[in-house]
Amino acid sequence: MATSAAVGITPGTYEIDPVHSSVGFTVRHNVVAKFRGSFADVAATLTVGDDGKLVLDGSVKVASVQVKEPNLAGHLQSPDFFDAERFPEITFTSVSLEPADDGTLTAEGDLTMKGVTKRIQATGELSHLPEDSYGGERAGVELTTTVNRHDYGIDWNATLPSGHGFALAEHVTLHVELEFKKEA
Amino acid sequence: MRILGISGSLRAGSHNSRLLAAAARLLPADVEYVRFDDLKALPPFDEDDEQDPGAAVQHLRSEIAGADGLLFATPEYNSSIPGQLKNAIDWASRPFDQTVMRNKNAAVIGASTSMFGAVWSQAELRKVLGAAGARVLDRELPISYAQESFDTDARLVEPELQATLEAIVGELLEQVRITLGNRTGAAREA
Repeated sequence: MATSAAVGITPGTYEIDPVHSSVGFTVRHNVVAKFRGSFADVAATLTVGDDGKLVLDGSVKVASVQVKEPNLAGHLQSPDFFDAERFPEITFTSVSLEPADDGTLTAEGDLTMKGVTKRIQATGELSHLPEDSYGGERAGVELTTTVNRHDYGIDWNATLPSGHGFALAEHVTLHVELEFKKEA
Repeated sequence: MRILGISGSLRAGSHNSRLLAAAARLLPADVEYVRFDDLKALPPFDEDDEQDPGAAVQHLRSEIAGADGLLFATPEYNSSIPGQLKNAIDWASRPFDQTVMRNKNAAVIGASTSMFGAVWSQAELRKVLGAAGARVLDRELPISYAQESFDTDARLVEPELQATLEAIVGELLEQVRITLGNRTGAAREA
């Protein structure tokens, strides 16, 4: 049975199980709707020190962006948005990852997107499975944060007719759900 | 390095074609300059024709694909881009997942006989090129009263405008060099 608290997770290196992990984003579109996208190619490592200190390193390939419309996927990779040619990866490195006894996770780290690095805070949950069906130890990390895309030079927008604002909001919520398996 | 110049005006005595000539004169000797002169031959965009768009469209796509940078000079018709220029970009941008416009370095300049120098047309052209996937310089060169702006050698009379033209051409070449450097580096890593 999974334990939700940080206690019990054993020191070592945990590699991502990409099939059971996802990194996505949500941004308000046309004022009324929420638009969602994700990245298919995700890499991440969770390191647990002998002192219990957690370090999370992760990245996604911008070219693996997934949305429902292929033309939009192309536009998102272009210089108007993520600029996959010059900045092929989005990366995150934690500087602190603090689990509470109830599994609540508070993270701080450096998010690099389109060549700009900003220190961000995120909250979520740490979970732990001492032994899966194959005898391996697993850990789960969920994190959510909201960033201002203009901080990263992702400035594209379009004004809506009749002064009703802009097509795309400036704040983007990032959702990270990662499953890790302890290296043998 | 190859720069493709595209004038949004079709007429023989076009001020924008002269502006392109003034820009081309600034290019260093090791940069090849080609002017795309077949805008008028392009049929109206029709998605039904995408699989077999004809020789004129293939020629446009091939010229864009073979260029490292695009330099557009556009007039302004009714406060916007000439229809045939927009039509050309629409053709070049399709199908979008394999467009020749993706990451293509591009710059926009423009001239008009009005007092505003095609400034709105240039802004709209930058927007359209960005949507088509290009890497567009956030610069403009509004040449007002175009009929009075060139000397007999088709050079810009006003030194400030000439300096801006030089700066824009220089920035376009710099962006192309960055792209070519990145590609060379990526090829070396592979």
